Amino acid sequence: MRDFVIPTDDRDMGTPAKVGAPVTLSIDGIEVTVPEGTSVMRAAAEAGIQVPKLCATDSVEAFGSCRLCVVEIEGRRGTPASCTTPVAEGMVVHTQAEKVKKVRKGVMELYISDHPLDCLTCAANGDCELQDMAGVVGLRDVRYEAPPEAPLANHFAARDTSGEANPEWLPKDTSNPYFTYDPSKCIVCSRCVRACEEVQGTFALTIEGRGFDSRVSAGGPGDDFLSSDCVSCGACVQACPTATLQEKSVIELGTPTRSVVTTCAYCGVGCSFKAELNGDELVRMVPYKHGKANRGHSCVKGRFAWGYANHAERILNPMIRETIDEPWREVSWEEALSFAAGRLKRIQERHGRKSVGVITSSRCTNEETYLVQKLTRAVFGNNNTDTCARVCHSPTGYGLGQTFGTSAGTQDFDSVMAADVVVVIGANPTDGHPVFASRLKKRLREGAKLIVIDPRRIDLVKSAHVEAAHHLPLRPGTNVAVVTALAHVIVTEKLYDEAFIRDRCDWDEFEEYAEFVSDLRHSPEMTEMQTGVPAEELRAAARLYATGGNGAIYYGLGVTEHSQGSTTVMGIANLAMLTGNIGRDGVGVNPLRGQNNVQGSCDMGSFPHELPGYRHVKNADVRAIFENAWGVEIDPEPGLRIPNMLDAAVAGQFKGLYCQGEDILQSDPDTKHVAAGLAAMECVIVHDLFLNETANYAHVFLPGSTFLEKDGTFTNAERRINRVRKVMAPRNGYADWEITQMLARAMGADWHYTHPAQIMEEIAATTPSFAGVTYDLLEDVGSVQWPCNEATPEGSPIMHVDGFVRGKGRLMITEYVATDERTGPRFPLLLTTGRILSQYNVGAQTRRTANTVWHQEDVLEVHPHDAELRGIKEGDWVRLASRSGETALRATLTDRVSPGVVYTTFHHPGTQANVITTDYSDWATNCPEYKVTAVQVSLSNGPTDWQKDYAAQAERARRVLPAAE
Amino acid sequence: MSPEKLVRMANQIATFFASQPGTDQAERVAAHLKDFWGPEMRSELKSYVAAGHGGDVDELVVRALPLI
Repeated sequence: MRDFVIPTDDRDMGTPAKVGAPVTLSIDGIEVTVPEGTSVMRAAAEAGIQVPKLCATDSVEAFGSCRLCVVEIEGRRGTPASCTTPVAEGMVVHTQAEKVKKVRKGVMELYISDHPLDCLTCAANGDCELQDMAGVVGLRDVRYEAPPEAPLANHFAARDTSGEANPEWLPKDTSNPYFTYDPSKCIVCSRCVRACEEVQGTFALTIEGRGFDSRVSAGGPGDDFLSSDCVSCGACVQACPTATLQEKSVIELGTPTRSVVTTCAYCGVGCSFKAELNGDELVRMVPYKHGKANRGHSCVKGRFAWGYANHAERILNPMIRETIDEPWREVSWEEALSFAAGRLKRIQERHGRKSVGVITSSRCTNEETYLVQKLTRAVFGNNNTDTCARVCHSPTGYGLGQTFGTSAGTQDFDSVMAADVVVVIGANPTDGHPVFASRLKKRLREGAKLIVIDPRRIDLVKSAHVEAAHHLPLRPGTNVAVVTALAHVIVTEKLYDEAFIRDRCDWDEFEEYAEFVSDLRHSPEMTEMQTGVPAEELRAAARLYATGGNGAIYYGLGVTEHSQGSTTVMGIANLAMLTGNIGRDGVGVNPLRGQNNVQGSCDMGSFPHELPGYRHVKNADVRAIFENAWGVEIDPEPGLRIPNMLDAAVAGQFKGLYCQGEDILQSDPDTKHVAAGLAAMECVIVHDLFLNETANYAHVFLPGSTFLEKDGTFTNAERRINRVRKVMAPRNGYADWEITQMLARAMGADWHYTHPAQIMEEIAATTPSFAGVTYDLLEDVGSVQWPCNEATPEGSPIMHVDGFVRGKGRLMITEYVATDERTGPRFPLLLTTGRILSQYNVGAQTRRTANTVWHQEDVLEVHPHDAELRGIKEGDWVRLASRSGETALRATLTDRVSPGVVYTTFHHPGTQANVITTDYSDWATNCPEYKVTAVQVSLSNGPTDWQKDYAAQAERARRVLPAAE
Repeated sequence: MSPEKLVRMANQIATFFASQPGTDQAERVAAHLKDFWGPEMRSELKSYVAAGHGGDVDELVVRALPLI
């Protein structure tokens, strides 16, 4: 029996839940009331009766192929399948009638006659539905024998006793690094095929052949799982009732015996998982069906790519060094912390209170982030705190703050299922936010329309059973022109929602705004020259969004990481307000957050100008709350942002940095400038799992803990506060919040938290939007979306329902200003960057997993036309140069990018795409302009001198002295 | 910090607020600088302009500086 630490009702109800009028029926004498449309099987499960089944599972629609779930219904003929039979009022069902018991036994006998009986050594032993069902129906004998003339009429024996090969037998497909496909164990229930279609939406699997020849097949003839379209989300493995699709970790380690519900530490979707273990050995991560962000689905990263936690390169002991050209020396925690604190104090004595600062991590928990910003505000005595959100969603904070009054997505993820028109701008959900993308694709297959605004033809534009109604392939850097042109069409064609604007916004402001956007210079015909977007297509897209029903906008870093990132965010908010698409299910403005806790790290006061809950440090009343709680005086002036810290470091004014869980050297733009800033500092403390690129310039390394090794909370893109639960003891000895606390104490602070729940109590006591959040509440309800307070004790799935947080919604003038980063004769192409499904950001985690099988290096996407001009062929090494620097990587030729545009990812330090990116940034927030860099591409022989020097320097910087005897 | 960079950032801010309606653009530039720039960055920009390097600085920034 399983021993779940978190007791949950994880029963498979057989078929999906339905919504409808109540229907009452009787099953085995038990009265049960369920929504209309519910299957008899699910109704029985609601009544506590499990009808035997094989092909049904509640993640996919009923299929009715296995015939095991037959029941008897009074007044009906025959033995209908309970999975495909909907309930009816007054129905009387018998699940254990003699007739159906006999049918089931016969069905099971046939299944088992073509199944290897190696249960004791099978990886699914104890976790096999076929085994369970054989038990439930009381199968005691298999009468069928192969006829003497065809002794190998089965799929499971490789050879007969004389050594003759069985043509029906197929070997295991072990090509996927995380799971195997063993055709000999397949019962052809189609659950995997349907999960791939209905849950994931990839359509990589099919059943080929008919009757006895039916087989699950990935891709086309000659394909295996790896070469097929399979994205390794794990939905098929999850759905498989036998060992046919089985995690390799279970094959190796055995069936898990306990589980803990926790939250994934990759992207901003924030999926809930069950970590399944034996003792403290993690066996597998399984998506948690009651997780409200993911509803039982997962992607390759969260489901499988957790092996980095045990990677050999993980650092487990603290290390220090006097200077960065020395090798590291392993020391005790006491020595490392007193060395770090001593240096920071000395710097502050010599260079002033403001000469040191911190960077909080969007990969760490709310509680950890809160402590890091508290460290600088309460212990260092300044506001020099910033976070990786600076380089991704800081314009969202500013833009939505100005227009709506707070920095947050307006919806929950479920809302997409009520959308009629979905606009995706500067985001690539199938790669960046795959579990959300699966929900979106499901909705699109149901008939919702899609508008994609992106320089690249991302997968959503056209993929299996999904096609965008409009793709606006804009030139990088012209977002504001496109968004304003959309507003021009909506206003001049009078497609706006006047009642909503009069009610929810300021009408005078609207009139000013309308006059601005109505100007001919904003018309699609006039902007076409700048944006490259055909006017008619843009007009059609605007009309569809304004008139197509519920319109929902989802956007990503293609919006924010520009000189006008904040202006585009405001433009997007304008579109939603103009069309009344805000404040109810199915609509809204939804930033897709890059990392798991971007939302949380921003909420927790990581930005230098605001305290937790987005309240400016200039406000004396807000400072007073924290001054009372912390017993210190808080600086009323904003501190330095990351780019400002680096500039100040180069100028000799900023000398010490505590950087938790972020690799600024790889992730921040203009690598050479970042390196110069770090090299100019006297004390760089890196707190991370691995010796990342930033650590090459560090003096102190504090080993971090993984999300599996600590308690806390993450807040995902829908403002959902979800528990992170300690699954095993930290291998480095301490959870990250404990390490920050030890550093604070070494600096003289009197902190004594003993559990993150106490940190959350402090957050709730000081931050109104978190006022009602406690660990007890999260245990009770699973998760809550902030604001969670007296008015909304169980959180707020949708924001701005009756009014905007700021009162009236504010329509902002969004004038397009071309970026200073322009193409010219030396740099005629525009580089834009992004990420792919299998790798995650700087790759520190995913590069240390088998995910590298899908992506071993960054490659440059070049349009065949641009490639031909330069003599570049598929796979050639090319030199990519901008005015900031140059690097070399391999090229791939594709028309996903337009002529004049090239694209790459930034997952690998060997490539260092950020050597190329410039120090231009968003006007309001300094968010770097990653998405537009003027570049030249030319043939090359291999890595540049800079790459070779960098690799050599990194290798030198990572030397660790052998520990003293 | 490099004055050229400060000037470029300040000019970007001015460009945005110059496009906004009303007559308080300079006040809004000043407010933005006060809200988001540390005091050292502001005083460096001020000294740079005060030292007569105002030629490349947006006129709106020049008007905003006395307000911070």
